[in-house]
Amino acid sequence: MNFIVCIKQVPGTTDVKIDPKTNTLIREGVESIVNPFDSYAIEEGLRLKERMGGKVTVISMGPPQAESALREALSMGCDEAVLLTDRAFAGSDTLATSYTLACGIKKIGEFDLVICGKQAIDGDTAQVGPGIAEKLGVPAITYVKKIEEIDQARIKVERMMEEGYEVIETNLPALITVVKEINEPRLPSLKGMVRARKAEIHMWTASDIECEKSKIGQAGSPTIVNKIFTPPPRKGGEVLLGDPEEQAEKLVDKLRQAKVI
Amino acid sequence: MEYFLSEEQKMICELARRIAEEKIKPVREHYDETEEFPWPIVEELAKADLCGVYIPEEYGGTGGGVFELCLAVEELCKIDGGIALVLAATALATFPIMLFGSDEQKKKYLPDIAAGKKLAAFALTEPGAGSDATAIQTTAKKEGDSYILNGTKCFITNGGEAQVYIVIAMTDKTKGSRGASAFIVEKDTHGFSFGKKEKKMGIRGSATRELIFNECKIPKENLLGREGQGFIVALKTFDVSRPGVAAQALGIAAGALEDAINYSRERVQFGQSISSFQAIQHLLADMATEVEASRALIYTTARMIDKDPKIRVTKEAAMCKLFASDVAMKVTTDAVQVYGGYGYMREYPMEKRMRDAKITQIYEGTNQVMRNEIALALIKEAARAKK
Repeated sequence: MNFIVCIKQVPGTTDVKIDPKTNTLIREGVESIVNPFDSYAIEEGLRLKERMGGKVTVISMGPPQAESALREALSMGCDEAVLLTDRAFAGSDTLATSYTLACGIKKIGEFDLVICGKQAIDGDTAQVGPGIAEKLGVPAITYVKKIEEIDQARIKVERMMEEGYEVIETNLPALITVVKEINEPRLPSLKGMVRARKAEIHMWTASDIECEKSKIGQAGSPTIVNKIFTPPPRKGGEVLLGDPEEQAEKLVDKLRQAKVI
Repeated sequence: MEYFLSEEQKMICELARRIAEEKIKPVREHYDETEEFPWPIVEELAKADLCGVYIPEEYGGTGGGVFELCLAVEELCKIDGGIALVLAATALATFPIMLFGSDEQKKKYLPDIAAGKKLAAFALTEPGAGSDATAIQTTAKKEGDSYILNGTKCFITNGGEAQVYIVIAMTDKTKGSRGASAFIVEKDTHGFSFGKKEKKMGIRGSATRELIFNECKIPKENLLGREGQGFIVALKTFDVSRPGVAAQALGIAAGALEDAINYSRERVQFGQSISSFQAIQHLLADMATEVEASRALIYTTARMIDKDPKIRVTKEAAMCKLFASDVAMKVTTDAVQVYGGYGYMREYPMEKRMRDAKITQIYEGTNQVMRNEIALALIKEAARAKK
């Protein structure tokens, strides 16, 4: 079976700085890592390959330096790596990113299952996974915490909810996004690292993946970021003193003043 | 200091560091408290291919040498000086097979060791034969196509857990030190059992156990090298294994130093971080200098061994073990001092390092024996120069 894992390279810290002019992340001087949720996707892909046989291809869209994230995936045991990289992709929002990755996946060819992390730790949107499924025209199941059954034609999973979980079954090909409860990602092996260092990473540009120019990069991104800011921390509340009746009276007064009631 | 490591050597360090940080650090107290054997960590080392870093590629290893082993052991020991011993002690018993084993023996044992499927243990010490190794009483008597082993070995690292044992036994007592031979004995051989499991001061995540041979019959093919070569096997093995023990000591010291520096910058007394006091600064400066000197000695010796196996390195290997272990004892003691009262508490990782460090001055030849060997080599060299 053919498994495709989508990964993103993200800053290895939650303390990211934003360029006030462009409203985008400042990546310089910050260590980059594989988005932690994507590590679970890689691990699940590798486990499925070990169980079912086949191949795991890992794909990412990003600047040329995102190559190191793909090499990390190769060192864990992925078979092939594709990097979609082109200045024309710059400024993509989640819609354009989903479209671009879907075009890349179509070029890879036949696939049975696409696996994504539930979201990236930098943007936290959780939109790209389902977006890719939409563009590929396959069913998407988000927040998968366990694959109960899988064969050549179908997959049955447990989808994590706030309370409990849903059991969902669908036809393949399909796309799932996974949560951290699904597995514990392996570390790379020394032989894997040596192999990954020498491995060829397929670098595809916009012209390689047959995409419409109007749907990629800034042009394909309807999202406009006006301003990014950290909301001020909430001030402590006010404690109303007195016996319950007095407290109730004070509370009603306050709510009237605030025109809540 | 820059040691110009190759890409692959850097990968070994990175991988060992990640295993130490992510897998060993969360459980190091557990293994120290319970004295259980860290099998889950052995599995991690195996999956990462670190069990075979010093074993040739044709036998399933990654083709490195003593230097690669030292790098892995050092990194692991920065976090825990006991757990990493599964690797160093296995190497101690794998070197004799690499140095003296027949093709069949190498093919039979090395791939499983390289893959981390089997651990190994080296058995020389006996209750009455420690520094005086030639006093061993264990015997191996040839009977037809077999040898019959009788006797007891003690303080054997990986004892009870390893599948492959290198055992030095007397095949001819009348020949003294030339009457010893080395054998490969597999766990579960009839007549081979395990005695007391030792309770130790440090390296408590490592198993130390007694081996008991009672009419233990092994095929004659398990003789390693030739009859009478037992002590040569042992001595040649120590020449290549001692840098590994030294690397264990180095790792313990380097880990202690790193933590001590960080702690001194955080700990505030008299309204300032204690790293601003010269008393602490000088302590740290001495610690760092000794750790670096120890590293330089070990790396140089390990590279010497890997570059040309024909060079005799008894003296240098003994120097590594002697110096690095004395440094480890001193540096960990001083690191506890930097931590003050907290350093003495088991809640912090420092007192454990001091306990772990002590053994490195004792095993694989006490530091007194190391000095004897260094001095002997010096005198021999001088005598040879005179001729």
